[in-house]
Amino acid sequence: MLKMSHLAKVYRTEVVETYALRDFNINVKEGEFVAVTGPSGSGKTTFLTIAGLLETFTGGEYHLDGVEVSKLDDNARSRIRNEKIGFIFQAFNLIPDLNVFDNVEVPLRYRGMKAAERKQRIMDALERVGLASRAKHYPAELSGGQQQRVAIARALAGSPRLLLADEPTGNLDTQMARGVMELLEEIHREGATIVMVTHDPELAARAQRNVHVIDGQVVDLAEDPRFHAASHLADTAS
Amino acid sequence: MFAYYLQLGLRSLRRNPMLTALMVMAIGFGVAASMTTYSVFRATSRNPIPQKSDVLYMAQVDNWGPENTEKGEPPNALSYIDAMALMRAKKASRQTAIYPIGPSVIPEDAGRLPMRQGAYAVGADFFTMFDAPFIQGGPWTSEDDDKHASTIVIDRKLNEKLFNGGQSVGKQVNLDGRLFRVTGVIDEWNPQPRFFDVVNTGGFDDAPGVYIPYNRAIDLQLATNGNNNCSSDPGEGWDNYIRSECIWNAFWVELPTKAAAADYKRFLQGYASEQQRAGRFRWAPNVRLRGVMEWLDVQHVVPPESQISLAVAFGFLIICLVNTIGLLLAKFMRRAPEIGVRRALGASRRTIYAQFLIEAGTVGLAGGLLGLILTGIGVLGVGLVFPKDIARLATLDPSLVLLTLVVAIAASLIAAFYPTWRAAQVQPAWQLKSN
Repeated sequence: MLKMSHLAKVYRTEVVETYALRDFNINVKEGEFVAVTGPSGSGKTTFLTIAGLLETFTGGEYHLDGVEVSKLDDNARSRIRNEKIGFIFQAFNLIPDLNVFDNVEVPLRYRGMKAAERKQRIMDALERVGLASRAKHYPAELSGGQQQRVAIARALAGSPRLLLADEPTGNLDTQMARGVMELLEEIHREGATIVMVTHDPELAARAQRNVHVIDGQVVDLAEDPRFHAASHLADTAS
Repeated sequence: MFAYYLQLGLRSLRRNPMLTALMVMAIGFGVAASMTTYSVFRATSRNPIPQKSDVLYMAQVDNWGPENTEKGEPPNALSYIDAMALMRAKKASRQTAIYPIGPSVIPEDAGRLPMRQGAYAVGADFFTMFDAPFIQGGPWTSEDDDKHASTIVIDRKLNEKLFNGGQSVGKQVNLDGRLFRVTGVIDEWNPQPRFFDVVNTGGFDDAPGVYIPYNRAIDLQLATNGNNNCSSDPGEGWDNYIRSECIWNAFWVELPTKAAAADYKRFLQGYASEQQRAGRFRWAPNVRLRGVMEWLDVQHVVPPESQISLAVAFGFLIICLVNTIGLLLAKFMRRAPEIGVRRALGASRRTIYAQFLIEAGTVGLAGGLLGLILTGIGVLGVGLVFPKDIARLATLDPSLVLLTLVVAIAASLIAAFYPTWRAAQVQPAWQLKSN
């Protein structure tokens, strides 16, 4: 479903080159629920934005659903984002001027879907996240958990093949976070492929597979000397 | 998608009423100022006879010489001698000498007072040359010209006054105690600018109601009601006057092709050379043959204040547009997070471009509607700045209404070009990360 090989992302200025990702390799199969973890600044979010075609990369290859995306123009990338990818952000990123119904409608509008089908899909998605009764509410009238549920409904409404979630519970309290996580697990059980970036080891543990990113690279925790050094120090201390 | 973008645009306008009002006012005032002044400019600079302006020419012959003319420009009218010589030569397919007269029309009903009437002495070709619209009868004939016949063409208004609008061809009209037989009645006809008599009217005046044969007017010793300029004292009496070098006649010809016009110019030069050989002109031939638009241009029919105010008004519109660019930029860039979300959800750069251009178009439409109201007020107030004859020509007609809206929308789209481009360049990843 999602395969990156030797991917690199470099930010260049006149005096310095900064590698956000280097020799980055990952292969997510269809139907998997993968958690991407790592310290701040390790490149998790950069990985996610490249995976979601929101950013270009400097080197390597990226195949999404069998398509090599590096040569695609802006229109083609936008179409793939619209049809194949659903985004869930830490800050929800709902449009404050649009009510719940209209927010969920946004990706469907860009797909050129007919009004009746749009309405059906929106209501189905809102039913699924338990917010059908709040369709006419504006984001400011909802709790954080409810806003994130709307964002999930927006991501689901277009029936994407891949859900990308960036710290989906980062702005929520424990109870709301648990509810959102249960919803993601339920969506996964229904067959969706989910890649979730998170700091939280507890959430990561609920995914099928964990991928750890350090300094812009995927590392095997069992073999990474930095991890060993850290765990050895921990053992000595204990 | 257009309806969706329009809906988003209107919603966005409602979101920031103050900012929206500022933009709408900037566009509205800028457009109104330029459209009001344009209405005056358009009225004064338009082609008064577009269907024939390329075949009609005004002839000039320098009978005054370099001592009495400026920058080599021949006088703007002809003497009777030259006008008659050109008429008799009949070198053009149609030709007419013209001069304004001011007779009084005396109604048959003794109880009614005589009416002073704007009038012209013209040749028979005048009406066909200038497409005068007859509603009864037609022009008098060339034979009438040759016979110095007492014929007359009147306009609808005078026909209503004298004959209650009824059939009047063949009836008599009394001008200053002399009877003239009506050959035709023309509809209300007042080409603006009045190209065939710019010298006396400045291009703008009330419609004349009477036309009589040139030869008959001369017989009756009807002096010009317009400008009369003499380079030397003509002496006493009518005969001395018409034999003098005083200038008071316009002379127009119709020449169907460019070749015919070139031939006629050669003829004018030949005529002037002849006059030089005869000792009447002591200078080299100096003639002009000018088309309608060139003639209006040379005569400065468009008032200089109209051109200046138009330039100032368009300058004001540009300043308003620059302000609008700033306001739109602020408005659009404040929505960078929304743009980021929309891009993430599938909007391409082109889609964002379209959405924000349509939003700018709604600002332009609102500005155009405000501009229309202000233009209407402005047109009513034109009389405070421009002469009455010109001010009344400035009207808010359907074409100006349409133009106002088009200019407002086009101006706002031009103003939106850069802000929209910036909006489309928003990097969704940066926006979403920074959130």
